[in-house]
Amino acid sequence: MSFSLHQQEDTIVALATPQGVGAIAVIRLSGKHAISICNSVFKGKNLEQQPSHTIHFGTIRDGEKIIDEVLVSLFVAPKSFTKENVVEISTHGSSYIVNQVIKLLVRKGARPAKPGEFTQRAFLNGQFDLAQAEAVADLIHSDSEASHQAAMNQMRGGFSNEISRLRAELIHFASMIELELDFTEEDVEFASRDDLRSLVEELLRVVELLIGSFDLGNVIKNGVPTVIAGKPNAGKSTLLNALLNEEKAIVSDIAGTTRDFIEDEINIGGVIFRFIDTAGLRETTDTIEAIGVSRTQEKMKTASLILYLFDLTDTDMVEINRDINKLENLGVPFLKVANKIDKANPQFVKDLKSAYPDTIFISAGQKENLEDLRSRILELVNLDKFRTGNTIVTNIRHYDSLVKTRQSLLDVLTGLDALVTNDFLAMDIRRSLHYLGEITGEITTDDLLANIFSKFCIGK
Amino acid sequence: MFPQYDVIVVGAGHAGCEAAHAAAKMGAKVLLCTMNMNTIAQMSCNPAMGGVAKGQIVREIDALGGMSGIISDKSMIQFRMLNRSKGPAMWSPRTQNDRMRFAEEWRLALEQTPNVDFWQEMIAGLVVKDGRVTGVRTGIGIEIEGKSVVLTNGTFLNGLIHIGEKQFGGGRTGESAAKGITEQLVQLGFEAGRMKTGTPPRVDGRSLDYSEMEIQYGDENPEKFSYSDETKPLTHQHNCWITYTNKTVHETLETGFDRSPMFNGRIQGLGPRYCPSIEDKINRFAERERHQIFVEPEGWNTVEIYVNGFSTSLPEDVQYKAIRQIPGFENAKMFRPGYAIEYDFFPPTQLRLTLETQLIENLYFAGQINGTTGYEEAASQGLIAGINAALKVKEEEPFILKRSDAYIGVLIDDLINKGTEEPYRMFTSRAEFRLLLRQDNADLRLTEHGYKIGLADEVRYQKMLHKKSETAKLINDLQQKRVAPDDVNMALETVGSATIKEKITAEKLLKRPQIGMEELKSLHEDLKSYLNKYPKEILEQAEVQIKYDSYIEKEQQMVDKLNNMENFRIPLQFDYMKIPALSAEGKQKLHKIKPETLGQASRISGVSPADLSILTVYLGR
Repeated sequence: MSFSLHQQEDTIVALATPQGVGAIAVIRLSGKHAISICNSVFKGKNLEQQPSHTIHFGTIRDGEKIIDEVLVSLFVAPKSFTKENVVEISTHGSSYIVNQVIKLLVRKGARPAKPGEFTQRAFLNGQFDLAQAEAVADLIHSDSEASHQAAMNQMRGGFSNEISRLRAELIHFASMIELELDFTEEDVEFASRDDLRSLVEELLRVVELLIGSFDLGNVIKNGVPTVIAGKPNAGKSTLLNALLNEEKAIVSDIAGTTRDFIEDEINIGGVIFRFIDTAGLRETTDTIEAIGVSRTQEKMKTASLILYLFDLTDTDMVEINRDINKLENLGVPFLKVANKIDKANPQFVKDLKSAYPDTIFISAGQKENLEDLRSRILELVNLDKFRTGNTIVTNIRHYDSLVKTRQSLLDVLTGLDALVTNDFLAMDIRRSLHYLGEITGEITTDDLLANIFSKFCIGK
Repeated sequence: MFPQYDVIVVGAGHAGCEAAHAAAKMGAKVLLCTMNMNTIAQMSCNPAMGGVAKGQIVREIDALGGMSGIISDKSMIQFRMLNRSKGPAMWSPRTQNDRMRFAEEWRLALEQTPNVDFWQEMIAGLVVKDGRVTGVRTGIGIEIEGKSVVLTNGTFLNGLIHIGEKQFGGGRTGESAAKGITEQLVQLGFEAGRMKTGTPPRVDGRSLDYSEMEIQYGDENPEKFSYSDETKPLTHQHNCWITYTNKTVHETLETGFDRSPMFNGRIQGLGPRYCPSIEDKINRFAERERHQIFVEPEGWNTVEIYVNGFSTSLPEDVQYKAIRQIPGFENAKMFRPGYAIEYDFFPPTQLRLTLETQLIENLYFAGQINGTTGYEEAASQGLIAGINAALKVKEEEPFILKRSDAYIGVLIDDLINKGTEEPYRMFTSRAEFRLLLRQDNADLRLTEHGYKIGLADEVRYQKMLHKKSETAKLINDLQQKRVAPDDVNMALETVGSATIKEKITAEKLLKRPQIGMEELKSLHEDLKSYLNKYPKEILEQAEVQIKYDSYIEKEQQMVDKLNNMENFRIPLQFDYMKIPALSAEGKQKLHKIKPETLGQASRISGVSPADLSILTVYLGR
């Protein structure tokens, strides 16, 4: 992994609040282009024309898709913590949303910050006095150890194996090319361009796969974003609490202790489900009538799973038909959950069963039939996809490196199409190796030479 | 008997000659010490200069105002531009040279350089006072005062020659080894090591049957190394030949393996993997049924032939028997047997980027003493050491080339930061900015540097400026000149390039893979007469810059980014041991190598990104 001061010119981004806790998350950007990068995904006022120390309401959008409603605070250089342009984006406290926003900002030109980098910039730009140098240095030291540990932990499902294999193939590929360039006089056979192309194409396929796994990886790491939708008093909070409490009970039974619990995360069969906007849900402001309202609809769209909850004692068939129709149009998988089965009119239950046989009848208050609900939830998220043991990328910096690897590999193909000579191809291959090296550790040209000397008889 | 010199150079090989010439050219009073004035600038191994990556180095030496390019041109018997079929960054000039002419031209050039004195004697030690070198002591005990000393001892320090089971002291066959310097340096605190290299037998050209071999011709339109007009390309050239070993040869060689110093453990030093002896090739790559042998004449008139690819230290009787089983060599008479040589070197991590030692002020090392191999590698180090010794005496800023400036920069940076386990040779793959470090633009990259320090002369400088402005003008014109479909479409079809539908600039056409300057001329009469006004060198330069613009631009951007870090200087006295937050390994390595910039620190293995962050914190203010 290479470090360079030029990164001072980069704009860096990271989550500033603790991961996975709190109703609000703050994403911080620092650097020359912090404001313009944020502005490029922000719908609201033109941030580039706003004065320092102002707060703006708007939405973060990926194209037409709204990711979240946010508050953006502007700190124009040098009047900021780092003395650079700083933007702080307050989003709802969902890891999923946070990751989507950061991913989007990275795509727009920001770079994921390294451990302690904001602090370091603050220091370099003269925000601290010399006496604090040691403290900052220690911080970087401990942070980097911690993050290294974290990165190792994140390498699940054979991720490191996959990358190593990829790198070995690339090194071989690069060596073949270097061999031809540096040992042109020698009596050795060189790789054909067709072979090179098929190798690059294969590599690209694997890299694409890894990149594609990032969303899935995030779901596993951060939880399946889930919304309980229903009109007031349908029992949304009761259901959530029921699921939570039981979870708590199970945990403490097994471990014999109680532990802190992240309120809106529920572990079902080993998969984390993260409830979006739970706070709002508790206040029961999220009514089913509001499904038609675009704001709520957008929020539901960001979910991977919706639990449509209705009160059997308080809802008629017309209402249910209308809601289900709307949910179907939304395109997000959903479960029909009928609450208060203990108090329901048996005829209505019968009618409902014949109209919608897949309805789940529960009583959140009595904790009745929750087991069935759990297994149905698990079925719906198609767990096979999560459990194949395939390589999954969860770290945004790894993701960033993979995207750059892909670009370099595409450049190799472009070069092959344009019939450029191998020295130009080598340049893009080396760049791919460099970006892969950011994940696996250092790559030097010595690796290439060592490979050449061990495999080929060369030299006069 | 001797005045006080500014620079004393010990050794008169490729490194020593460049060092002495450069320092003297820059106004320093120079003494060049050699054990034998008749063996100045010997080509100890093959009679050739340049080749892939090495040819670029010779061009760089020339662009700075060094002599290797001019000497090579004056003594060449064949010229080839290797890698022509590849991109321009890979084009690599190589000359076959007349060994005796080469040495003679160097000696004459030095004799004609004002400020160079000579002294023939072995130097047995250095005079060191308070951590600073103040002169040298000769074998017979004379002390000669010098403000700085450049050591370029080649393979002579405790040189030990092996042929089969025989071994004897020597720096080359027939020349004695140098003793005393290693021992003194070790006493002063230097770390020393042992390396090994080898050379093939030489044979009588009259005893070879060339009809059994392939002919290797020189280029049809030969070029040359030097950018200056002082030398001219060859008008007629000498041929070389290629032949191959076979199974019988290999079997014969194997009969001597039990007496080989390589295999019975008598040779301790590590040899280069990329320049293996023939026994090593057979041993490591048993599946190969033949190996290439380059049959290289040693000069215009001599009959001596250098058997390139047959380096060996097997017993001479085995060498003789095996070589006569090579096609064309059936009746070969051997002039000299091949041999292996072990010698002392000093791990180059003990140096600064100026090639001055960290331990002793004003003491410089260049060439094989630093663990490198190759004339070009040695010459370029000699040049840099000579330049810096002269600058230091004049109390001027040191001269350091960055990795993005030159292969010479890559070479020295690698040596100092990574050290080397085996003799270090340059490859293009060692350079991360290969596309910028081309043989066609070494003058554009470096001549201004050479001019500023007083090494490259006015004529050279003006010539470079002219090339630069003419190239810029030509590129600009090609960006303006537009051609119409009717005028060029027929010709485009002929060269196999897509036809055009509307007017297009000549520059755009030149970016197409099928179209070079020659094709451009064939498209249109106006273009032809315009382009014909320019000499080949300018046309080539403009073509490269236009055609590979996007790639070059990409590399340039990386260089610009990196330079922020390269320009971030670390004080020499910086105490890494006092920073507890640094990783243990990082601390040790930084303390040992004492990087001069943050960029250099980043290339030291074992220094982590976190270590660099911590360093910037400490250095940031």
